[in-house]
Amino acid sequence: MIRILRQIFRTGIVTEPLPPAVEEGLIRTGARLEEAIRRRFSRSLTIRQVDAGSCNGCELEIHAINNSFYNCERFGIHFTASPRFADMLLVTGPVSHNMEIALKRTFNATPTPKLVVAVGDCGCNGGIFGESYASLGGIGKVVPVDVYVPGCPPTPVALLNGILAAVDGRTGK
Amino acid sequence: MSMLINALAPVFGDDMRVEAAQHPSAVACCTVPRERFAEAARVLKKTYALLAAEWATDETELGRGFCVYACYRWGREYLIVRSPLPSSDPRFPSLTKKFLPAYRFERQIQSLMGVEPTGHPDMRPWIKFEDWPQDAFPLRKTFDSSKPMKRLEGEYQWARAAGEGVYEIPVGPVHAGIIEPGHFRFQAVGEMVVNLEERLGYVHKGIEKKFEALTWREGVRLAGRVSGDTTVAHALGYSIAVESMEDSVIPERAHWLRALYLERERIANHLGDIGAICNDAAFAFMLYQLSRLRELVLRTNSALFGHRFIMDRVLPGGVAVDLDARGKRLILSELEAISKDFEKVVKIYEESASLDDRVRDTGILTPEKARELCVVGIVARASGLNLDCRIFNPFPPYDQYDRLELDVPVKITGDVHARTWVRVEEVRESIRIVRFIIENLPEGPIAADIGDPGPDTMGFSAVEGWRGEIIYWTQAGPRGEINRCMVRDPSSVNWLGLEQAIPGNIVPDFPLCNKSFNQSYSGHDL
Repeated sequence: MIRILRQIFRTGIVTEPLPPAVEEGLIRTGARLEEAIRRRFSRSLTIRQVDAGSCNGCELEIHAINNSFYNCERFGIHFTASPRFADMLLVTGPVSHNMEIALKRTFNATPTPKLVVAVGDCGCNGGIFGESYASLGGIGKVVPVDVYVPGCPPTPVALLNGILAAVDGRTGK
Repeated sequence: MSMLINALAPVFGDDMRVEAAQHPSAVACCTVPRERFAEAARVLKKTYALLAAEWATDETELGRGFCVYACYRWGREYLIVRSPLPSSDPRFPSLTKKFLPAYRFERQIQSLMGVEPTGHPDMRPWIKFEDWPQDAFPLRKTFDSSKPMKRLEGEYQWARAAGEGVYEIPVGPVHAGIIEPGHFRFQAVGEMVVNLEERLGYVHKGIEKKFEALTWREGVRLAGRVSGDTTVAHALGYSIAVESMEDSVIPERAHWLRALYLERERIANHLGDIGAICNDAAFAFMLYQLSRLRELVLRTNSALFGHRFIMDRVLPGGVAVDLDARGKRLILSELEAISKDFEKVVKIYEESASLDDRVRDTGILTPEKARELCVVGIVARASGLNLDCRIFNPFPPYDQYDRLELDVPVKITGDVHARTWVRVEEVRESIRIVRFIIENLPEGPIAADIGDPGPDTMGFSAVEGWRGEIIYWTQAGPRGEINRCMVRDPSSVNWLGLEQAIPGNIVPDFPLCNKSFNQSYSGHDL
């Protein structure tokens, strides 16, 4: 036990302020954002992540926003296991033919009002997989999308920025 | 002459023809008549060979019919056995009763190529869903892949367990965590799982078909996105296969840089995995400590190679980014910091009794089962199978074993702890290799021009990604274009291992077991 505590204290807090560009955006929208999260989402934003056919690259970076450097919980953002509790769907793509029904069901199971953020180049427009017999293309082809976060995969900072943009009502379209 | 060819030759005599179109020619390829396809498997099984992959091709554009291929591995050797099949009657004798992994390979062949394995015990479609039209065989040349697929009615037929107190738990495809989609169906009595059935295919994106529409150069980007967490190893596997078709010479420095990327990918993924396994045993401390170390690796990658996962940096012909003296110093100081903290948290893992209680004797894949299922990579090495392409099929620079010596950990208990511990020791070993590479990096160019493959040639590669052996097999068509690019991610065989490791465990241990395997859905579904 003493080793665990020593390691924790020695590591200290590594959570960083976000890079200047994002930080600026945060300050700009800061008060409004907090107000928005407070008003619309009772101080916390709950996200259900859905992989609709990604290569798993985007999932790794979504995991990363939970690590101690990015620590998304400080903004009141956390991930839930059920769409029934979610305010936002964070969807990676492309939407595969075999995931289309599951994605629609997840969308329908999420209570309104809800936000949908499409993650990654494939989530935006199908990326390298495009449209084919097995891939329907971007998330927008199947469910309405509020904000697009491009990148292959998008960096954790880009992801946070996209989530904040969706909450703030800015669109990345 | 190879040992495996020697085993086949006396039995097959004039019925066997050794193929010259296979590159590298060190990987022997022989043709046998289709009625003796399964007999070859029987002979090779007696020599203790393992089945590495099985696939089919549509060779109508080359003026032939279909063809079925099986790739066997024994020690340092690979042997491809193929049988041509007429277009009018595309059937071949099933290998499933000889080699278990053929069970899913052959269902996949039937579902996507429409080539029938006769005598296969379970002909339910695999990856292809029941709501696809029956006659949709995407890998056939006659199939138009640009059109959306029609959706029909259809339900998957699950294996059922019956009896007093047996109940069923369906899980997925959308899982509770931030992971890929797949469906698991448990039959349980009380807390104990009596059967687990996996159903995969949800993230099938038509990757193998897509390759056929790309040029050899464009293909590497797609290979890098077969499984996002293994982007370096897949791009490397594809590149080596393509290079082998032309007998290209790749600069020495490029080989070493590729190995550097590969080992860094291994370190990053293992750090994440060890943390996540402990987290699934409710020991979140390890997750936060190790995901911090993982983030440090990714940040160095981003600073030096321009991408956190080093995506699109391995290309046919070499690599895209070099490493300068500043970069070397940065990596060395990063490794210094990581390895110090890593050893501290590993010590805590070892001394935590409650964690020990969860990970030991949980999710056991016995060495016998591992061998029967022909599993590869960390899963194999945790169950007593000493397999590692870096040693047994060394691709450069690992072929310089007098210089780049590897010490690969093998455990025999096959439980969650064994799979975790193999990762722990591999992190240490990879850190050592990265240091060695940095000290011994040869000078010279980092890429060479390579020509396009000639018509009707075949290329092969097997590389050790962080999950295990990745196989690429490529075939050029009549104009030298991509006729077929077969991808065999380690997950294609290892998922069967998970299914076999679960029965007898309690339901709440499933996430822990699953995480210790951590197989790719995308790499399996393609």
